[in-house]
Amino acid sequence: MKYLDEYRDQRIARALASEITQRTTRPWVLMEICGGQTHTIMRYGLDELLPRGIELVHGPGCPVCVTPLETVDKAIALAGLPDVILVSYGDMLRVPGSSSDLLRAKALGADVRIAYSPTEAVKIARLTPDRKIVFLAIGFETTAPANAMAAWQAKREGLTNFSMLVSHVLVPPAIRALLLSSTNRVQGFIAPGHVCTVVGCKDYENLVRDFRIPIVVGGFEPVDILEAVLMLVRQLETGEAKLENQYARSVSYKGNVTAQEIMAEVFEVADQKWRGIGPIPQSGLRLRAEYASYDANRVFDLEEFSVDEPAECISAQVLQGLKKPTDCPAFGRRCTPENPLGAPMVSSEGACAAYYHYRRHAAAT
Amino acid sequence: MRAARVQFGGIVRQVSLSFVPEAELGDYVMVHVGFAISRVDSLEAERTYKLLEEMGALETELPPAEE
Repeated sequence: MKYLDEYRDQRIARALASEITQRTTRPWVLMEICGGQTHTIMRYGLDELLPRGIELVHGPGCPVCVTPLETVDKAIALAGLPDVILVSYGDMLRVPGSSSDLLRAKALGADVRIAYSPTEAVKIARLTPDRKIVFLAIGFETTAPANAMAAWQAKREGLTNFSMLVSHVLVPPAIRALLLSSTNRVQGFIAPGHVCTVVGCKDYENLVRDFRIPIVVGGFEPVDILEAVLMLVRQLETGEAKLENQYARSVSYKGNVTAQEIMAEVFEVADQKWRGIGPIPQSGLRLRAEYASYDANRVFDLEEFSVDEPAECISAQVLQGLKKPTDCPAFGRRCTPENPLGAPMVSSEGACAAYYHYRRHAAAT
Repeated sequence: MRAARVQFGGIVRQVSLSFVPEAELGDYVMVHVGFAISRVDSLEAERTYKLLEEMGALETELPPAEE
């Protein structure tokens, strides 16, 4: 397919890897933020093409993985109410809450439905006026405009049986938190191309300025990631720190202004808890007061509570790039995609799932 | 809401053009959860690719890829 096959060309990937090897004189630790990029790296074995000195650590950019345990528990509780239809992205169904998951709730009779797009949840609300439809609106900036659009549509149509359980996270505050952490080893970032497609590059420019760290906005195909690594290595080897855009075929400096407008109309920035990481100030989105009647927390009068992560799961360290999934004693044994202990083993963007699908045989030998 | 039929490899899906109102017939778009979020800049895509291809072409002595 055009614009995809070219970016999977092995000949070019190898040429880029060889260029990176020539340029690398010292070890460098680079982080790709997005789980989609982590999967490309594992699937194509890109880390093995790189010289020994280049270490790729995997970031927290898996929306399902960082959705708080409490949100999953709330969704399960709502799904159990007799008049509720809970609508969710498919990835969320197997994510463990503190004692169950949505798929199990569904098997026990809860009406849980999978949507590919948030507009499907609005459609269900329109067609089923005698039921209360709750959409589990999770995601990063890439998904926020689409989820915002669902609330906007529901409001415009005057639907009274639609609400959203919102758990939205923002990438730049998470990068800032990683860089401020005393355990940080990361020397350069590959910023998530689809997040930047929506919000543009300005926030990343601020991070480059504040921390004097190179950031390259990168795409998701093997050639994209290798080119982004090369751009980072060139900067690091010459002592530069600037923002570069490898993924210019989709990302502009300003981003998608139309999408930003609908996001700002419906959501406002708020403090947010990240599963495995904890609270990060001003790192999430919540519904604005004008949309309060679409907030499931309010509609169902849900109480705030706090639960502990399962002790055996090391996803907190995996999500911060401090440990690799294969460092976990439970990996591939007590924890598999069929029976996950933590969210990163479930999601198609989770680092543990990526290692499980593409590396578990290597890890076993 | 303006929508389009978008082909993904073998599948065709209905996609909202709310965020990319300028999209036209025959454009390549980036799609996320049923919404087009960008129009792929064909000049940029080809420019990047040409640059990369030139690099690749300089490396003809590389061993063939194993698979």
